[in-house]
Amino acid sequence: MKAKQAYPYWNPYIIGVGIGILIILSFAVTGRGLGAVGAFNGLMASLIHAISPEYALSKPVFSTYVAGVDHPLRDWVVIEIVGVCIGGLISGLVSRRFKFEVIKGPGISNVTRLIFAFSGGLLMAFAAKFTRGCTSGLALSGGSVLSPGAWLFMISVFIGGYAVAFLMRKLWN
Amino acid sequence: MELVAPLKYSMQIPEVYLLLFALLTGIAFGIFLEKAGFGNASKLVEQFYFTDMRMFKVLFSAIVTAMVGIYWLSYLGWLDITQIYINGSYIWPQVLGGLVFGVGFVMCGLCPGTSCVAVFTGKLDALAVFAGLFTGLILFAEAEPHLQGIISHSSIGDVSLYELFNMEYGLLTFIIVLIALAAFWFAGRVEERFTKKSA
Repeated sequence: MKAKQAYPYWNPYIIGVGIGILIILSFAVTGRGLGAVGAFNGLMASLIHAISPEYALSKPVFSTYVAGVDHPLRDWVVIEIVGVCIGGLISGLVSRRFKFEVIKGPGISNVTRLIFAFSGGLLMAFAAKFTRGCTSGLALSGGSVLSPGAWLFMISVFIGGYAVAFLMRKLWN
Repeated sequence: MELVAPLKYSMQIPEVYLLLFALLTGIAFGIFLEKAGFGNASKLVEQFYFTDMRMFKVLFSAIVTAMVGIYWLSYLGWLDITQIYINGSYIWPQVLGGLVFGVGFVMCGLCPGTSCVAVFTGKLDALAVFAGLFTGLILFAEAEPHLQGIISHSSIGDVSLYELFNMEYGLLTFIIVLIALAAFWFAGRVEERFTKKSA
């Protein structure tokens, strides 16, 4: 039996307008935009706090999320990202794109792919602490309210990406 | 009754409803990201090989939509712009951090938000991105005491671009819309050229 094909992706401009409306709603209701990397930070802070409270409270990266907070996970960005996971899962199942697999270019091994995925994640988290936000929290949300740093960040992400894209082409093509 | 957004303050919405709103917003955001193809690292990273510029198209059309919407809400007096959160600007940290973020992005093909969609649609490579993100945070926690000078360098506070350029808010919004429209047209041409070449 042949597996049914996945549904096509949506038009990127329709998605963009949809996400734009979400950002407007978010600012209108809560006074802030969307986020992502902050949820990883919050989750990490509460995990570390559960294992070693002394360590978590001694590091500003974690203590801001747990010091004097009763429920660190009852946080706007954490709950929003839980929603993103649920929404992604629903859409993946409905669109027939849910599949256990390693996404990579044809010319590299799974191990190479995982090493680069790990390193890329590491660099992004480290960088996002410098920039105070990622593509969602800073570029999307900050860009919408015309934060100068958000626009500089966005331009720099594209420059950084294009600068190494040729070197990294074997990973993807 | 005068009801000005953000509603969180003017209606004094209880926390539990704000969190419910966060969950629903997140679900919609997750569906949009998945439907855009951003749960797939190979698809997302095509942006950097000019064969599918949907990352740029989604990002910029979202920003332009939100920017215009927020401008009009504020112009009509429905949204108090002084009460919304504007990300603080730190010139050098955000430029250098952005460059490193871009390098990391091409290495893993996902950003923190889209990696969640990737993991929850079964993409095992995104689990390695998760592990990398958590490790990066620990490394930063250890390195932070030595980085104080750089992290807070060249802060210009939470000003906006139109305040910085001393420009009319509406005029700057309009100019950015024009630039975006030109950029969308250009992105389409670039795609055409590169997909023809590889086909």
